[in-house]
Amino acid sequence: MYDLLVAPFVDFAFMQRALLGSLALTLGSCPVGVFLMLRRMSLSGDAMAHAILPGAATGFLLFGLQIVPMTIGGLIAGVIVALGAGAVSRFTIQKEDASMAAFYLISLALGVLIVSVRGSSVDLMHVLFGTVLALNNDALALIGMITALTLCTLAVFWRALVAECLDPLFLRSVSHFGTPVHFIFLGLVVLNLVGGFQALGTLLAVGLMMLPAAAARFWTVRLEPMVALAVAIGSVSCVAGLLLSYHFSLPSGPAIILAAGVVYLASIAFGSRGILRSRVRHHRHRIA
Amino acid sequence: MMKNLRTSIVLAVILGAVAVAFPASAKDLKVVASFSIIADFARNVGGDRIELTTLVGPDGDAHVYEPKPADAVAMAAADVVLVNGLRFEGFLQRLVDASATKAAIVELAKGAEVITMGIHDHEAESGSTPHGHGPGDVDPHAFQSIPNAEIYVSNIAEAFCTADTDGCDHYHANAEAYKAKLKALDAEVRASIGSIPPDKRVVITSHDAFGYLGHEYGITFLAPEGMSTEAEASAADVAALIRQVKGDKASAIFVENVTDPRLVEQIASETGLKLGGTLFSDALSAEGGPAPTYIVMMRHNITAIRGAVIGS
Repeated sequence: MYDLLVAPFVDFAFMQRALLGSLALTLGSCPVGVFLMLRRMSLSGDAMAHAILPGAATGFLLFGLQIVPMTIGGLIAGVIVALGAGAVSRFTIQKEDASMAAFYLISLALGVLIVSVRGSSVDLMHVLFGTVLALNNDALALIGMITALTLCTLAVFWRALVAECLDPLFLRSVSHFGTPVHFIFLGLVVLNLVGGFQALGTLLAVGLMMLPAAAARFWTVRLEPMVALAVAIGSVSCVAGLLLSYHFSLPSGPAIILAAGVVYLASIAFGSRGILRSRVRHHRHRIA
Repeated sequence: MMKNLRTSIVLAVILGAVAVAFPASAKDLKVVASFSIIADFARNVGGDRIELTTLVGPDGDAHVYEPKPADAVAMAAADVVLVNGLRFEGFLQRLVDASATKAAIVELAKGAEVITMGIHDHEAESGSTPHGHGPGDVDPHAFQSIPNAEIYVSNIAEAFCTADTDGCDHYHANAEAYKAKLKALDAEVRASIGSIPPDKRVVITSHDAFGYLGHEYGITFLAPEGMSTEAEASAADVAALIRQVKGDKASAIFVENVTDPRLVEQIASETGLKLGGTLFSDALSAEGGPAPTYIVMMRHNITAIRGAVIGS
């Protein structure tokens, strides 16, 4: 049992770093994922993965493979896309999904252009997006800072965010904070995704944000338990995925996400708001 | 002076137009090489009789290269297209189809001694399975062994001869001269590696590109990433490598010019092994870099390996 579960993390520093990094990311991005899901913006994470390309590529071309310039570049590109999409949806008739699609496509095309003009044929997507097994001190510090910032922001704006997610028109009618809160929230999304991409790879960053949130939705309707459950599911997936990757020599990123995917599928079936239970309750009602 | 210049420009334009209109009458043999190492061979064999275009340039990764329209144009106009073969250039077949080239596609690895994945000693030792390519697949990096490089050069000379019979003697003479240099290099490499104690000849690189070098000269190369640069590493592979180093089995660690160095750096920092520098695997460096030609590249790699192993 010890050999199976604990030894890999005791014996190898890279496993400790992978665990620390992925758990820290989970702590910050799962709550953000819950809000994102409740706002029906679950797919924006994927869009954002493409949207940050021009910024990250510019950082790479100017400063080489250094995580700070690449992250700042990606952050700038991501914030521009998120703000642009948010502003269009706020101030015009177009909905957020359409404007997000438009902005990320523009950004992606620009990114491919920048990469190609430079003419380097080293696969930049591989260089830009890290892997969870190769976390150095810079990457860990970056994830830690992002998580701390995310948690603080969430704590301060919690009530406003809840109101904004559930009934944005109400919040705007009673407070001037509606629009700023929306943008602060989009900023958090970008921050978590960009940090995750640079350190852990696209798949892991988006997957850890959305899958635990989507799974937690099948267990509760109340927000606080949902957030706590999402973080718990994310953490379990990280540990399970890394152990699977270690014992069965599977690639680590996909292993972690598939672990979360299994939890999600199980939640659909067995969750208190999942298929089986709601069917059963339905039955009873009919009989009664 | 001015007038002279203008005349020569006009002349050049006319000549250029003629050359484009009648490609067969152009003096130079138009050769397309798929990546920088093959281009270097072709330059040595063809000399000034060929006009060379290289698709994947210095420090480029031919595993994941995305062709540009200019590549298709060059290919359509080519007389001879030189490729490695053995499915090394993943982009190639699509490009050949798209350009509708009539040139002969020459697979240089034909006739070379090939090794298959899964028969390396280290596969059994580390317990890792290769990604991307299954066991039993042929390792395409055949040019990393110098006897194979000689076969590449012979194949190039044959291909040039077929396309341009007038220059046949020229190509053969060049090829012989270059092969003599390769033979000397081969002896030099053997002597250099011979001076390393056999139990010290285990080296870590980022992707599995040095199978031939290891097979030919008796060095074991371990890599977390497998044969293609596209595969992702697993925690088990990385842990196996770290165990090898800690068991004093591997004595040097290197990054390559075409791959992400972070994973190898992580292994180095965890084991306390110092990075031995950069090895050149699938591409030469730019002109003026540490490995602008094949011969210099091989010498650079061997010197770096020997230095790091002896130093440890």
